[in-house]
Amino acid sequence: MTVAPHVPSRRDWLLTEQPASRRQARLGQAYRTWLAFRGNPLAMVGLGIIVALILVAVFADLIAPYNPIVGGDLRTERLLPPSAAHLMGTDDQARDIFSRLVHGSRLTLMVVALVAVIATPIGVFVGTTAGYFGGWVDTVLMRVTDVFLAFPRLILALAFVAALGPGIENAIIAIAITSWPPYARLARAETLTIRDSDFIAAIRLQGASSARIIWGHVVPLCTSSVIVRVTFDMAGIILTAAGLGFIGLGAQPPQPEWGAMIAAGRRYLIDQWWVATMPGLAIFVVSLGFNFLGDGLRDVLDPKARK
Amino acid sequence: MQRQGRGRALAILWGALKIVATAAVTFLGLLFVTFVIGRLVPVDPVLAVVGDRATASTYDRVFKELGLDQPIWVQFWLYLTDVFRGDFGESFLTKRPILQDIGRVFPATLELATTGVIIGTVLGIPLGVLAAVRQGGLTDQVVRVIGLVGYSAPIFWLALLGLLLFYARLGWVAGPGRVDIAYEYDFTVRTGILLLDTALQGRWAAFGNVFSHLILPGSLLGYFSMAYISRMTRSFMLGELAQEYVIAARVKGVPEWRIIWVHALKNAAVPLITVVVLSYMHLLEGSVLTETVFAWPGLGMYLTNSLQNADMNAVLGCTLLIGTCFVGLNMLSDLLYRLLDPRVRRRG
Repeated sequence: MTVAPHVPSRRDWLLTEQPASRRQARLGQAYRTWLAFRGNPLAMVGLGIIVALILVAVFADLIAPYNPIVGGDLRTERLLPPSAAHLMGTDDQARDIFSRLVHGSRLTLMVVALVAVIATPIGVFVGTTAGYFGGWVDTVLMRVTDVFLAFPRLILALAFVAALGPGIENAIIAIAITSWPPYARLARAETLTIRDSDFIAAIRLQGASSARIIWGHVVPLCTSSVIVRVTFDMAGIILTAAGLGFIGLGAQPPQPEWGAMIAAGRRYLIDQWWVATMPGLAIFVVSLGFNFLGDGLRDVLDPKARK
Repeated sequence: MQRQGRGRALAILWGALKIVATAAVTFLGLLFVTFVIGRLVPVDPVLAVVGDRATASTYDRVFKELGLDQPIWVQFWLYLTDVFRGDFGESFLTKRPILQDIGRVFPATLELATTGVIIGTVLGIPLGVLAAVRQGGLTDQVVRVIGLVGYSAPIFWLALLGLLLFYARLGWVAGPGRVDIAYEYDFTVRTGILLLDTALQGRWAAFGNVFSHLILPGSLLGYFSMAYISRMTRSFMLGELAQEYVIAARVKGVPEWRIIWVHALKNAAVPLITVVVLSYMHLLEGSVLTETVFAWPGLGMYLTNSLQNADMNAVLGCTLLIGTCFVGLNMLSDLLYRLLDPRVRRRG
């Protein structure tokens, strides 16, 4: 009877209580977060949806069986119901709806990514600055934030797009302008809890400038809760973009934007239901994915917010 | 004793004044934002007035009349005085003052949003309470799914699906619009709330028709409001049911239904009022897309039409009005919170 010698596996290395290096500790931390995340089935479904969306966007040219812009024969291939040849049917221009959805994923992903990249830094900057300095800086910045929060998001975005002119770029700018205030509120609240900590006082005594303290020490501590919030907001961003497209102020034809596709299918709703239904389903699934993902991320990254 | 009472009254007044002042500052900011958006428009406001064949002298005169030669803050001041006189300019489409147009379409939106809030509150609060009482139970799962669909589905898409199913396929409800043309001249429009108008005039056939038009968009908005209200009720109730007074009441032998529906819900009611007010505001926003689908002649459709025709005065007027409603309702909910919650009241 021999006892198998214990060979430390990669898992043991990651989960060790005594990491030998900083790198091992960091990787171990990430691995533990991943394990916790993996335990939430809905979050995994959400992650799956988002990964699928990214893959579809990247390989759109390979996946889409038809051209998304140029349709087929207008006499015979208009408004065909879903079939083996056209998985989701065709629209009034004889274009394959499935191919348009596949290419539309690029637009959706672009809107979400750009809005997040523009709005998050603005919100974090305003929030941390207001929270760190306090006093009149705080008052002024938070008043400005409140003004932007006083408009319903879609209405303000509509007004901006109306002024800037329709188009996907302007829609992105408008949504970004209306998206940053909640992040500012959040970052400020986080900053207020950190501001008076001993470690901040210690850094200040070492002579660090305010900018250094904010960017080097306050912002990193705000990131996890902001990331959770941004992930939740992605669904809202997608819905706002789709709403703009639906009204005709977002992406312009013939771009395969999902909201605009629903608007185009409205006229055929009663007899050719698939034209308007399919793009809506795509929006729904992707938003659901971001909501699931946000739920899972909140549980692992932001235990304070867990209900 | 009396002195203390007067002190408290003063504290309440002071708190209320602070809330009103904050709202006023926000409102000023709101005006500034709409002013800036108005300046962003790449259309020359002078040419819009005089046309592109006007002489240079006419152009200059109108340029001065519109105050465009003044510094920007003077222009903002001019804009402010106009707004406070109720002058939002004239609609490019209808050739009528914006305020008059908005007054004409607003009752339709009010009727729709109010129906939505009533449906959302009446269904959402009991659902949320039940979900909190049986955490993890069937109702809790239902509330969760309702919430997820509400946060993920585009409202205009659900509206289209609703029309397809309940109007086109099943024929249970009337289609787009507020009232069928056959009933349109059966009653006179007084308040603009058609349910009220028809009922007051005893035109019950017309009332039925109006109701049949209202119920689908109203339920749709009600669904979104219910999703929000039930979720918030659940979390407030969970907080209340974990309190010690609940245990004390149980020990005393108070029946469970009374603890839940009387003791706990009463304490959760104060934050719930804020939630209901907030959901009312979101319905104003949601009605923009819903009205477009249902051809509902309200503020949302007016705004969409103006947007599609680049009628900037109308767009800014609507934006400002909706923003003002937001600020006003927010202020109202803050004030109510202060008046109703004894804990806040005592702190003054």
